[in-house]
Amino acid sequence: MMKTGHPATYEEVKKVHPLYFNIMKRRYWWFALSLLVLIPGIISLFMQGLNLGIDFKGGSMLDITFNKPVTQAAITDTMKSVGLEGPVQLSNGDTSALIRTEALEEEKRNELLAALETNVAEYDKNSLGDDKVGPAMGQELTRNALWALLIAIGLMIGYITIRFQFVFAISAIIALLHDVLIVVGAFSLLQWEIDSTFVAAILTVFGYSINDTVIIFDRIRENEAKMKRADSYEDMADKSVWQTMRRSINTSLTVLIALLSIFIFGGESTKLFSLAMLIGVFVGAYSSIFIASPILLEIKQRMRKSRRGGKAVRA
Amino acid sequence: MRRGNIIKLVALVLLVVAAVALSIKPLMDPEKGILLGLDLRGGVHLVLQAEPNEDGTPITNDDIDKAKAIIEKRVNDLGVSEPIVQSDYDKKRIVIDLAGVTDPDKAVDILKTTAKLTFRDPQGNIVLEGDDLKDAKGGQGQASGYVVNLSFSSEGAKKFGELTTQLIGQRLGVYLDEDLLTNPTVNTPILNGQAEITGYATLEEAANDAVLMRSGSLPVSMSIAEKRQVGASLGVDSLNKSIYAGAYGVIFIFLFMLIFYRVPGAVANLSLFVYALIVLWIFWMFRVVLTLPGIAGFILSVGMAVDFNIIIYERVKEEIRAGKSLRAGVESGFSRAFITVIDAHVTTLIAAITLFYFGTGAIQGFALTLGIGIIVTLFTGITFTRQVLRWIVGANPKMKTIWFGVRGDA
Repeated sequence: MMKTGHPATYEEVKKVHPLYFNIMKRRYWWFALSLLVLIPGIISLFMQGLNLGIDFKGGSMLDITFNKPVTQAAITDTMKSVGLEGPVQLSNGDTSALIRTEALEEEKRNELLAALETNVAEYDKNSLGDDKVGPAMGQELTRNALWALLIAIGLMIGYITIRFQFVFAISAIIALLHDVLIVVGAFSLLQWEIDSTFVAAILTVFGYSINDTVIIFDRIRENEAKMKRADSYEDMADKSVWQTMRRSINTSLTVLIALLSIFIFGGESTKLFSLAMLIGVFVGAYSSIFIASPILLEIKQRMRKSRRGGKAVRA
Repeated sequence: MRRGNIIKLVALVLLVVAAVALSIKPLMDPEKGILLGLDLRGGVHLVLQAEPNEDGTPITNDDIDKAKAIIEKRVNDLGVSEPIVQSDYDKKRIVIDLAGVTDPDKAVDILKTTAKLTFRDPQGNIVLEGDDLKDAKGGQGQASGYVVNLSFSSEGAKKFGELTTQLIGQRLGVYLDEDLLTNPTVNTPILNGQAEITGYATLEEAANDAVLMRSGSLPVSMSIAEKRQVGASLGVDSLNKSIYAGAYGVIFIFLFMLIFYRVPGAVANLSLFVYALIVLWIFWMFRVVLTLPGIAGFILSVGMAVDFNIIIYERVKEEIRAGKSLRAGVESGFSRAFITVIDAHVTTLIAAITLFYFGTGAIQGFALTLGIGIIVTLFTGITFTRQVLRWIVGANPKMKTIWFGVRGDA
């Protein structure tokens, strides 16, 4: 049984967790596992890119609810009759249609709607959704999003460097890019459509992933300060990760519960948005434990070795 | 057992319940409650881009102001409760948000046409067009009150001279599209192209009309760069779905916390109510417009609020395992967990602020709710949660640690 009256030792921490295994020793496994997931996504990004929605490319998107089931062919033909083309997606028992096409002027849009009403079926004016994004606006959004990401990374590196150390910041950012790349890679692989809310989702993953990593790093910082000369950094890091394990799991679970309920009950318009965050939060929780901390350890060990090597030469 | 603490706790629970019950109505009020974005109640979001002039003259800020003034006037005619019209001088744009407009098609139709200024005789015939007007300025009148000074082009001066000679003693209607702006009586023939419309009570009124008249004479042609139109029932559908999503999310999180953390779990759940109330009242106070991504941001921030509690409780458990008493464990657990949470939340807050600053529309709504959520999390955590835990521990210092989720063997 544990003795009381002192901070938990490494041995005690191991005992508290019934499923304990040494995470840090197996770090190359985790690196390999992550690469295995990352590489197909990266290849896909280069080969087929992302399925960009009208928010980025520009275009018009009409969400029409007809008063009876319709066919895809009827809509496509009607679009052709007014000189338009584009993908049509039916849902809701074939009564709802999502039509994507080039950015339409108001006259053209009204012409299309009138043609659909006469040739296909009457539609409910009250549940019409109509988005139009000019091509210039799309480029602006992409540029703004990239700037936001870069600036946020810069500011976060600055903050973590001040509160922790530069190596902590670098490890956290690597884990962060790992998470973002996995989400973006998955969307590329499966060719899910990306709209402006995807950017918000990515930035949340961003915020969450760093939040999660910082909490573990906080423990490493605390334990590092108490380290004795003979203690191994590997054991200390492993102990820290396990000391925060229950919190890591429980927090991810509550956030995943919240996201899962948005995904299931939130309706079509937030499906892909919440899906991106679900993947991101899951990967973010994983990477904080299995990527960020092992990378920190790896860098720290190399720094130690080179310092020792230096002394040896001088001696 | 200390009776005082128990009374305090019971009173607190009742207080929270009462606050929730009393808040539902004012917050959900369709008129004065939390503002809903157009994706949740239907409406139109328009970005109008000023097209470069055909003769190559640059578009000035004044042009944008004129266009904005006209659009505002038209928007007011639409009878939307809280329209938003903003100008963007850098990009030569006007952004219009009309949440809750009943006929979005008509609204777009009205807004996209360019205003045209005309002068009409009492019979309604157009006698002069806005192109002939060179300038219009509001100012102090010679005798009393405020006036609009009109100056016409040489061509216009000639026409204006003729028609004021004809219409002497009658009223001359000044129309913006089909709306009568003002109809002054012609006192004398005006031959020099410098007219004055008198009878304004304030300078602002005169200046306002002047802007509208100038705009008629210098229409900036506008095109729709971006449009988001949502039918009313589509919006309501989204609102209902997100309320369901939120309700289920919260119920499952509550159960999770109760099962894993027991007494502190119940405290966490109570704090969550307080947290949600504060956040919603802040939305109400600062007229934050709640959008679909905004609700997602809010639900996510609930997840983060729970995180604060989890971090604290795990830390408290550790302190108890390390041999501290319940009371000392709560105190040291709190102070240590706070350092952890500050660093984590500040980094997330940096991301939220960057997003808010650089993002547009949907992204901003999300960043705002997330940002407010993070700050309120910290506030409720260090005030409410901490105090309630102190009272509980104080009520029964010998409370079994198992009620804090620490296993008996520890």
